[in-house]
Amino acid sequence: MRNIGWLRLPLLVTYVFLYVPLVVVVVMSFNGSKQPFSWGGFSTKWYGVLFEDTAVRQGLINTLIVAVGATVIATALGTLLAIGLSRFTRSALLEAYSLTPAIIPDLALAIGLLVLFSAIGMTLGLHSVLLAHVVFGMAFVAAVVTARLGQNDPSLEEASGDLGANAITTFFKITVPTLLPAIVAGALLVFTLSLDEFVIAFFTDGPATPTLPIVIYSMVRFGVTPEINALAALLLLVSFTVVIAAQRITKLTDAV
Amino acid sequence: MRGSAQKMSKMGAVGAVAVSATLLLAACGGSSSSAPAELDPNADLTKQTLTVSNWAGYYPEDLPAKVQEAIGTPLTIANHATNEEIMGKLTATGDSGIDVAFVSGQYAQALNDAGLLEPMHPDLIPNLKNLYPEATQMAFDKGNVFSVPYAWGTTGICYRSDLVSKAPDSWNDILQPAEENKGKITALATERWLLLPALKSLGYSINTTDDAELQAAKDLLIAAKPNLLAYDDTTFYSRLISGEATMAVAWDGWCNYGTAEDPNIKFVIPKEGSDLWSDTMVVLKSSKNKEAAQAFINFILDPANHAWVSENILYKVPNKAAMEQVGAELAKAYPNMGMSPADLLKEEVVVDVGVDSSKYTKVATEVTSN
Amino acid sequence: MASTVTQGRGAIRRRALGARAAFLGPGLLYVTAFMTIPLLLVLSYAFLTRGRFGGVELPVTLENFARALDPIYLRVLWNSILISSITTLLALLIGYPTAYAITRLPARWRTVALVLVVLPFWTNFLIRTYAWIVLLNSEGPINKTLVNWGLIDSPLELLYTRGAVIVGLLYAYLPLMILPIYASVERLDRSLLEAATNLGASKFRAFFDVTLPLTLPGTMIGAIFVFVPSLGNFIVPELLGGGKTVMIGNLIRDQFLKARDWPFGAVLALIMVLFLAGLFAAQAAVARRINGRSARA
Repeated sequence: MRNIGWLRLPLLVTYVFLYVPLVVVVVMSFNGSKQPFSWGGFSTKWYGVLFEDTAVRQGLINTLIVAVGATVIATALGTLLAIGLSRFTRSALLEAYSLTPAIIPDLALAIGLLVLFSAIGMTLGLHSVLLAHVVFGMAFVAAVVTARLGQNDPSLEEASGDLGANAITTFFKITVPTLLPAIVAGALLVFTLSLDEFVIAFFTDGPATPTLPIVIYSMVRFGVTPEINALAALLLLVSFTVVIAAQRITKLTDAV
Repeated sequence: MRGSAQKMSKMGAVGAVAVSATLLLAACGGSSSSAPAELDPNADLTKQTLTVSNWAGYYPEDLPAKVQEAIGTPLTIANHATNEEIMGKLTATGDSGIDVAFVSGQYAQALNDAGLLEPMHPDLIPNLKNLYPEATQMAFDKGNVFSVPYAWGTTGICYRSDLVSKAPDSWNDILQPAEENKGKITALATERWLLLPALKSLGYSINTTDDAELQAAKDLLIAAKPNLLAYDDTTFYSRLISGEATMAVAWDGWCNYGTAEDPNIKFVIPKEGSDLWSDTMVVLKSSKNKEAAQAFINFILDPANHAWVSENILYKVPNKAAMEQVGAELAKAYPNMGMSPADLLKEEVVVDVGVDSSKYTKVATEVTSN
Repeated sequence: MASTVTQGRGAIRRRALGARAAFLGPGLLYVTAFMTIPLLLVLSYAFLTRGRFGGVELPVTLENFARALDPIYLRVLWNSILISSITTLLALLIGYPTAYAITRLPARWRTVALVLVVLPFWTNFLIRTYAWIVLLNSEGPINKTLVNWGLIDSPLELLYTRGAVIVGLLYAYLPLMILPIYASVERLDRSLLEAATNLGASKFRAFFDVTLPLTLPGTMIGAIFVFVPSLGNFIVPELLGGGKTVMIGNLIRDQFLKARDWPFGAVLALIMVLFLAGLFAAQAAVARRINGRSARA
């Protein structure tokens, strides 16, 4: 434990493998040249180009609409489901059923939803992506909250009931506050997953309202451009900040 | 055991319900009449909004601003990468949210057969008169009943004249390349153009539905696949610029994108012949902004605007008045811009092959999967 | 008295039933409406005929299944399994020692090391794949470096190869291998290892006889976490394989979004899902056996 010796090698290999590609992209985002692979001096002009790009901006707005909507609905449904699963039934089958959307291959869910929306003649657009994201989002929230409920002591709720509080009061005064950290964690998870989700959105979105990942996909297919490098660098910055912040927050709540 | 058997039979029952529901929906889906909508020539276009789907990079960037200025309708452009991609979206559900789609002629024909298109209203598109007469009589839609051509051209080989020792002049230069070009060739992947080099090399029609001919083309394409760098419909010109590729099966206009960056990039129509394709604008029947859609098409066909489009995308437009404005300089820099309708008509027009189009899809899938 | 109690119980039971429906109902309905019914629809589509403009038509047929047995498609399936297996194996070879090494780090470094493993995973998948287009390009940094060092004369063809696809998948899913292995090594009962070494086993023997078998369930979870998304992936083969390497995910995607052959796509999806379900079942069976054995021991 003190001396990890040769075990440094796999660590080194892994971190080099994981980070070199990202570093290269970030460095190249500051390349002043229009030719992607020849260095034309340091420049931030591609960030300027990026901010002017209406397709990227609209994609970001679309993505945020879906992510916020999906998070709200999935968190509500998922929390209810988790409480139902751990308080009102002991059925492992029901629990497995509820959590399936989180583990089923995204491609299978994507084609299923496309087939469904097409069969009922529904117009595709942000609303259909939102409906789709709620499916797996709800499962993730339910999983996180169920795990937390496993550690909770149901006696508090029972005491509340014994003291004459009705079910609704107990739910909002006791159950929800004790579950709040797990609910927030689940909501954050859904939000992040929805922001980045491509496959299901690709199948269920209408052509007129691409989400940001779909916009990125169509950009990436046009090869290496300095503008994508800038976008990549920005997205890296955002997700790194969020993950590290989340890490700090969970550490704080753990300490409490 | 009993329990699981019961569960199984329950699942079976649910499955049966799903199948019958599907059949019901499938049965109802096919019926759609195609009477033209009554359009109001005095509609207030500023109250309508347009969503148009076009190929990425196939229109001037400030098109929305110009359209809004000219006809008063706010315009949003959605991008698609290939015909197949937009076809998938347009046919998946009733209303895709798209008002006007840009698709190649044979796909317009298929969309019309599917009952998804609104007929054109010539009284609202007076600029139709600017089209070359030849362009109004294309085999996939004689008389522009449901489609209006946006750009047209042919398919050939786009190559780096400084990197190949012998300029290509035959589809066989792609299908059986010289040693120096192996692994440096890109081909188009959209089904009809995936098959084109092989069909033409074998002397067949590009609209063939003969199983033996398609089989022969498939074998040829599978044999040629190991020599390809990649299938590429969208970025082949940048691969030629970087030198990653030396030859590409290419649409003429996108080869010009390469020529613009590097004059060593040249375009040739192989001696076995090629196609005459036409990219068209179609109005979806599901559109709620049909007057604005017609006005948009009329805007494009205005000679000044269509010339402006042509200069931006480096493709020929089938608009006589516009091509006269585009001028000789472009034709000098990009020789294929100077092709006349008569030149183009020497090549074979791509048409939809109806139910047999699934044969093309199948061959394309089998070639790319092999 | 007795009767009021029973009445009360009945009311409580009724209320419990109501609460149960209120809590479980919406979620279960949602999953049924937007997962189960869609999947059943896909299942039923597999037996129908392709509509000319997408969608499905009558008659009911088994032709789509017959077509999936064509050697061309079997080869795609086999290639996909092969590529995903190689990816999983590489992930295991890199991931296991890495996870193991992280458990040996001092506690405060452990969190940092784990966060560093997870960080790339939380960035956009397309961007991560794109980074490899940049890196592997014939004009890209790897080729330039090799040429500059005089190791090669002309750029190697790295991009648009099967190797590029494997690297892309490995890059995408490596963290999913490391995390479950880390968790299972971390949870490992150290006293068992000490017992083994006390009984005279070398550290090497102790690792292979104790650590490895006991961390097998976690390792298998990691393997499944890498294998499953690799098998269904269509982005990496498309972007890094140049359309030449076709995996089952591409084939399924193309049937729905390009070829408009939904029944055939449904059959292919069915094959993929059944194959993966088999894998899950196998993992569960192995995990049960190992847990049973260690419980007895």
